[in-house]
Amino acid sequence: MNGFDWNAAGDVLPLVLRGFEVTLLATVLGTLVAAVLGLAVAVAGRAPSRFVTVPVRAVMEFIRSTPLLVQLVGAAAFFTSVEPLTIGIVVLGIHYAAYTSEVYRAGIDGVPKGQWEACRALSLSPRRTWQAVVLPQAVRKVLPALGNYAISMFKETPFLAVITVQEMVFEARRYGADHFAYTEAFTLAGLVFLVASYPTSLLMRKLEKRLGH
Amino acid sequence: MSDFFSALSDNLPQLRSGLWVTLQATVLGSLLALLLSFVLGLMAISPMLAVRGVSRVVVEFFRGTSLYIQLFWLYYAMPPLTGYELTPLLCGVVAFGLNYGAYGSEVVRGAINSVPRAQHEAAVALNLTPVQRMRKVILPQAWVQMIPPFTNLLIQLLKCTPLLWLISAADLMTVIQQLRDRTGETLTAYLTLLAVYFVLAYALTLLMNLLERTAKRRLGLPTGAGSLLRTRSAVDAVATTAGGAR
Repeated sequence: MNGFDWNAAGDVLPLVLRGFEVTLLATVLGTLVAAVLGLAVAVAGRAPSRFVTVPVRAVMEFIRSTPLLVQLVGAAAFFTSVEPLTIGIVVLGIHYAAYTSEVYRAGIDGVPKGQWEACRALSLSPRRTWQAVVLPQAVRKVLPALGNYAISMFKETPFLAVITVQEMVFEARRYGADHFAYTEAFTLAGLVFLVASYPTSLLMRKLEKRLGH
Repeated sequence: MSDFFSALSDNLPQLRSGLWVTLQATVLGSLLALLLSFVLGLMAISPMLAVRGVSRVVVEFFRGTSLYIQLFWLYYAMPPLTGYELTPLLCGVVAFGLNYGAYGSEVVRGAINSVPRAQHEAAVALNLTPVQRMRKVILPQAWVQMIPPFTNLLIQLLKCTPLLWLISAADLMTVIQQLRDRTGETLTAYLTLLAVYFVLAYALTLLMNLLERTAKRRLGLPTGAGSLLRTRSAVDAVATTAGGAR
């Protein structure tokens, strides 16, 4: 087989787009897990006791320094009874939480000390301090960074194909193997990534400018 | 538990060769990425629109299409399309180099732009040629700024090397997976594998900290005593690893 077969490209496109739905689902849910868990970790990282902060930081450092692919394959091999897509979303979310927690931490550190002191002066409970004063200011600043991590995660979702989640690359690979048309399948999958991620990153850039970075 | 480790010690030669493949891919891939970072990064600050445009398109293309796809494209799609076939390891090196080179070029561009304007002007006033300006004045200062984000990219690249397993390049992951299949000790095997990557990542971070120290010392900047052992800052990674246009 030589050259680029346009018919094969036409055949594979619907399959790739069907896989794209799964890819998108994994990205959205994964980002949600990363956003919530990252926030929890960042808040836990400011706990008064070292018995909390040191282990939390160590675990996050470990997760951040080790390959996502190994974490995914390891988790899928260990929890054999759980559905691959669920494992994928959770592992993606935890892996990225190791990054987003640092982003939140920077955002929380960026809230002026006077705000904390004002909360004390008003004798707000710790809960109210976080909910009404600190987090609204911190989260606003970190939104563009979180968005960029979502885009990064989107581009790493093909890893899920390895644990047999039937997302875009899985479909492309299967079509490629069945029809010996890897060229068309992978080219189209790559283009879909480009078409989806580039405008989103432009949007994030705009958001960054608007929030004054 | 002991089964896995006795299998491990019985298979040290394979383990060593797997580690060697992973290290080769990391080192060669990052060298290619470094080269491309400078080429694309310097192109991005060129006064000529066409040169800047080419750099922009190349960078957005390699950042926008997933690394995974690029690797598979080189391995599966390129041979039938062009007739050339790369070894799996070389596929990895090229894909890692192109992808991280695109991210790295943004680091180079940003670092050069962050050197104060007055430094450019002083170099012009001293009648230095453009090449001298870059080599003697701008780059030494920009280089110090580049090292921390480069460290992040290097670790990211290391973390992508298990992808070699998927294109049958007998890397570290492949070897450990074989041992797992033989002994059936899933948890031990994967935790060991993660630990090895963690040690590798930490070792690379230390090396890069050493490099940063030397670069800072050359500029006469203070180097803190604890700076060598610190881990990398994850927040830098936002600027360098996060997707798309910036």
